[in-house]
Amino acid sequence: MSEHLSFHYSVDGDNFVSAGQASVQVKKNLRELGIAPEVIRRVSIAMYEGEINMVIHADGGNADVDVYEDRIVITLDDHGPGIADVTLAMQEGYSTANESVRSLGFGAGMGLPNMKRYTDDMQIDTVVGVGTKITMTIKL
Amino acid sequence: MNSYRHSVVLDEEKCTGCTTCIRRCPTEAIRILNGKANIDTERCIDCGECIRVCPHKAKKAKCSRFEHYMHYKWKVALPAPALFGQFNGLEDVDEVLEGLKRIGFDDIFEVAKAAEMVTAYTRTYLKTDHIKKPVISSACPVIGRLIALRFPYLKDNLLPIMPPMEIAAVEARKKAQREHPELKPEEIGIFFLSPCAAKVSYVRNGYGGFKSNVDVVISLSDIYFLLISAMKRGNVPTVNSESGMIGIGWASSGGEATALLNDSYLSADGIENCIQVLESIENGNIPQLEFVELNACIGGCVGGVMTIENPFIAKTRLQTVRRYLPVSRNFLSGDDAYVPPEYTVDGLPEYKPITRLSDSMGQSMRMMAQIQQIKQTLPGIDCGACGSPTCRAFAEDVVRGLASDGRCCVVLEQRKEETEGPSHDGT
Repeated sequence: MSEHLSFHYSVDGDNFVSAGQASVQVKKNLRELGIAPEVIRRVSIAMYEGEINMVIHADGGNADVDVYEDRIVITLDDHGPGIADVTLAMQEGYSTANESVRSLGFGAGMGLPNMKRYTDDMQIDTVVGVGTKITMTIKL
Repeated sequence: MNSYRHSVVLDEEKCTGCTTCIRRCPTEAIRILNGKANIDTERCIDCGECIRVCPHKAKKAKCSRFEHYMHYKWKVALPAPALFGQFNGLEDVDEVLEGLKRIGFDDIFEVAKAAEMVTAYTRTYLKTDHIKKPVISSACPVIGRLIALRFPYLKDNLLPIMPPMEIAAVEARKKAQREHPELKPEEIGIFFLSPCAAKVSYVRNGYGGFKSNVDVVISLSDIYFLLISAMKRGNVPTVNSESGMIGIGWASSGGEATALLNDSYLSADGIENCIQVLESIENGNIPQLEFVELNACIGGCVGGVMTIENPFIAKTRLQTVRRYLPVSRNFLSGDDAYVPPEYTVDGLPEYKPITRLSDSMGQSMRMMAQIQQIKQTLPGIDCGACGSPTCRAFAEDVVRGLASDGRCCVVLEQRKEETEGPSHDGT
């Protein structure tokens, strides 16, 4: 079935305060669609982690959520520095966040691992110096 | 279909349809229909914001008048601790308790006493293995309802212990029956003296499947005016308070949480703050916490809509009252160090997906697509003139069939200009 809904959000760079707004909006929309609470929570956590990552590393980017009858696809697209070593980045506790970000309580190295944990599929397309596109799928 | 009974009532004469309340309602439960504010009872969480913000005093909390319940032979007052913050220069809680006897109550059971019991039970409960943390306080009925409607994932985090008011009611009834075996059950009246409208709804509707033991809810403001003339300063009171600093402290935000003597807690007040905290807990982006106290009213219970005094002034007065009190007068002895089953709540509030557009996912998706489409055509200024709180809410109302798209005055004006050309004022 090709019929689907799209929600688009742009995530501001350098704004930790507004990071997370998109995930709150998504939650509201998914509740209206009657999606199960547990699924909403997984989408929301994956989105939130992704938003924060784009704020910390990529000066913001775009977040798109596509809802199909059988799945939800979250696409996070940025023009940041790219991820040099994806395997390393996927390790819990590994982070390239700088000291000032860490002093704010971010950069614990749990973002990507959590995004993978809470979704059914996660694809990372990244090119150093060009940007990163992460596609996460949650089955309904 | 809708069986939930609320406590907010509208004085139609006074309501001008001014849109103040629709924009301040945290659950977008109010619409202006035919020039009057109309509450969607499914969405309302009884937070009292609309009562607080109405510039015309058209919204009121509905509760009972003491004089209408004189038929109870034995009347027991359950004063919320917030009551003690309402009086200027009050030194001793006993003066208020004595006043309650003078205005016609036969006995008193302080909610502050029950609050100290809940504190003791909560400390025990927090040591239980395999419970979901953070434990979220169950004392504010607005928060319980909010979680049921909007944060179902956090349901199991709610403290499964009855709130102080309810334990006070159970204990007060037991005491009356024990001390006065000649009384028939229907002759005993349990009166909760409430700072907030949400407790009225709670008593009417029950909670998680049980019926409240409170018979009548009277507002603190009504009681205040009865008490003021009955309280004589300087007399030696014949009643003695049975609560301490902890119990009285529950009246303001942070009182319940700090009483747990556990530094891993969060306490927030004001409905918008509470919603933000719940969003954060749901997303897992707050520090590991043991306990979360949330009060829908700013300042906590002293900020309830049925109080007299400003919450911060009331809080300061409570500090004076608490000054010479023992920390607590209600403890658990070693053998009692468990939560009695009669005070635990099994049935948590049931999740109701009230904002769902339709029962079918396909239909909901089509409706959502329509909402997005209509929203594009709207000005996005959230003026409220159409009767819906935001342009987004208006688009949703149109798609749900609750509003006609001709109600947007900005769109109408644009259409007029398109057909007639721009208006020529001052020619």
